[in-house]
Amino acid sequence: MTALAQIREDRDHIRAGATAVAPAPEPRPGNPMNLTVDHVVKAFGKTAALHGVSLEIAGGELVALLGPSGSGKTTLLRVIAGLEMPNSGRVLFGDEDASAKTVQERNVGFVFQSYALFRHMTVFENIAFGLRVRPQRERLKESAIRERVFHLLELVQLSGLEGRYPGQLSGGQQQRVALARALAIEPSVLLLDEPFGALDAKVRKDLRRWLRKLHEEIHVTSVFVTHDQEEALEIADRVVVMNQGRIEQIGTPEDVYERPPSAFVHGFIGESIVIPLAVRDGAVFFGGRPVALEPQGIGDGPARLFVRPDEMAIVAPSRALFTGQIRQVHGLGPDRRIVVALSAVPETEIEIALPRGSVVGVGEIVGLTPHRYRIFAAPA
Amino acid sequence: MPDRVHDASSPGWRSPTAEAPLVKALLIGTALLFLGVFLLAPLITVFVAALSKGAAVFVASLGDADTLAAIRLTLLVAAIAVPANLVFGVAAAWAIAKYEFRGKTLLTTLIDLPFSVSPVVAGLIYVILFGAHGYLGPWLNAHNIQIIFAVPGIVLATIFVTFPFVARELIPLMQKQGSQDEEAAISLGASGWQTFLRVTLPNIKWGLMYGVLLCNARAMGEFGAVSVVSGHIRGQTNTMPLQIEILYNDYQWVAAFAAASLLALLALVTLVVKSVLEWRFGDELASVHR
Repeated sequence: MTALAQIREDRDHIRAGATAVAPAPEPRPGNPMNLTVDHVVKAFGKTAALHGVSLEIAGGELVALLGPSGSGKTTLLRVIAGLEMPNSGRVLFGDEDASAKTVQERNVGFVFQSYALFRHMTVFENIAFGLRVRPQRERLKESAIRERVFHLLELVQLSGLEGRYPGQLSGGQQQRVALARALAIEPSVLLLDEPFGALDAKVRKDLRRWLRKLHEEIHVTSVFVTHDQEEALEIADRVVVMNQGRIEQIGTPEDVYERPPSAFVHGFIGESIVIPLAVRDGAVFFGGRPVALEPQGIGDGPARLFVRPDEMAIVAPSRALFTGQIRQVHGLGPDRRIVVALSAVPETEIEIALPRGSVVGVGEIVGLTPHRYRIFAAPA
Repeated sequence: MPDRVHDASSPGWRSPTAEAPLVKALLIGTALLFLGVFLLAPLITVFVAALSKGAAVFVASLGDADTLAAIRLTLLVAAIAVPANLVFGVAAAWAIAKYEFRGKTLLTTLIDLPFSVSPVVAGLIYVILFGAHGYLGPWLNAHNIQIIFAVPGIVLATIFVTFPFVARELIPLMQKQGSQDEEAAISLGASGWQTFLRVTLPNIKWGLMYGVLLCNARAMGEFGAVSVVSGHIRGQTNTMPLQIEILYNDYQWVAAFAAASLLALLALVTLVVKSVLEWRFGDELASVHR
């Protein structure tokens, strides 16, 4: 099955689910818009922010752009919105080249990290803004504007707060006003820049589940930027992992966690134990001695072993691939962890999950063998 | 005893960061004394001197034809210079706060030039440029355009001197606000003009109002630069500050102080308007500045 077919299936599944839970309250005009980013290059002065990025997003998808700061994810989002002009490359909305279109013509809903609510307007006027600035002949009647705004207030669960000013709302409420304002113009795509970045942990968690549910209801093609992998993995249909202006991987949350194609993705998504190795003549060496690990197609030279903390098993030192001395035991219950200094390279300390009930003490020598692992060439 | 710990008003209680009562009294006393001697006393003197020969003389001296002409000219100059600097100031602040471009630092420095240069120099610049013996003088003369020793010169000098007020009030404000609100507005489909009117202007209206008030006070009170370009033609090119000087030099004390009291009154009105605005729209002000 191709990736795209997989996405379509996911989408259909979500659609079916959505209608079963609640009838879609916001009827979308036609099908949700496909979005194509085609070899986009963007530089600020001499600093390159995007090196020829290409990306296809199916209609109705919820896609996360995930990466560390400076990876170009926000720049990519702003290029899609038309807030930045790319130096080369195209952005297509459906089959239409949007590159020459202004921000206004693109009809995108953009939610800013700091919300950018209009402080001098009430919640109602904020949400109605996009409807009021339309050219006279396209403008809705006042009654229709009121109806749409109240409908959106209900959708974002802020009914009754229409008369408040943004300064009188909590961060989470402001975030939802910003979202309602962006949705009011019935955008062809919804773009969110670090939508939960300014909120505290508890509100973040609630709000992102709520956003996922909302997306299933309104089903508009959505792209959001985040540096928080948990957030991306929890709510996105697909995750685009970015690093230094390039896309490292595009895949489902499961793909990026289970099948990272590069050391960067393995290290960035989830926790990783990293052990330095060398590959010589198709065999893997650790601390100068061969170890029974598959080189996974990596050529001769220095390499690194990547293992998830829960994929490292503690075994008797005599049968283990690695041995080490326990330096620290911390955590409680299911979260107990040990820090081990490897015998061959004592400067490498690794932290692994400890199965419940195992009794270990600081100073003990333990044997370690990974039951799942990835090997990547070490950076030059 | 917990009440004593929390009761700030109980005798003998003092916040650990507060000064000793004596220091506090000394600081407040010094500030009040300074204000009284250097600001309040002169202001009172102006009004006392203006009314020293009675209200009838006061009114009569303001009714003098030359003084009336000076008042009219002052109002005219302010009516041209203030709107001009409103437009220039908003444009300059917008350019500096929202765009990155070559020469931005230079522009920021140039905006402050009228504050750092002596008003007399500002006046002389225009005399050298537009005067009869200046660079453009002969050409202007040939086309029968009079700038120096006429109203246009006074307006130009006033605009020069009062240029920084609006721009300087707005630049830090607009820089702090950034351009996210504007980006949000255009992403919602607003045109550039709609964005300015509906989003930018409301965001800066208080700063703009202060800038305009200060600009207006200075435009009406400017002496140095205007004095150089005016030519002191009674009833024609004398603004109020110039007229006051002439009356004073003619030993017409009451008339001079009567006119001066009008200018001082303007300053007081400016302050009152500012305070009333702050009091009336205090909540909104606070929410915008938050």
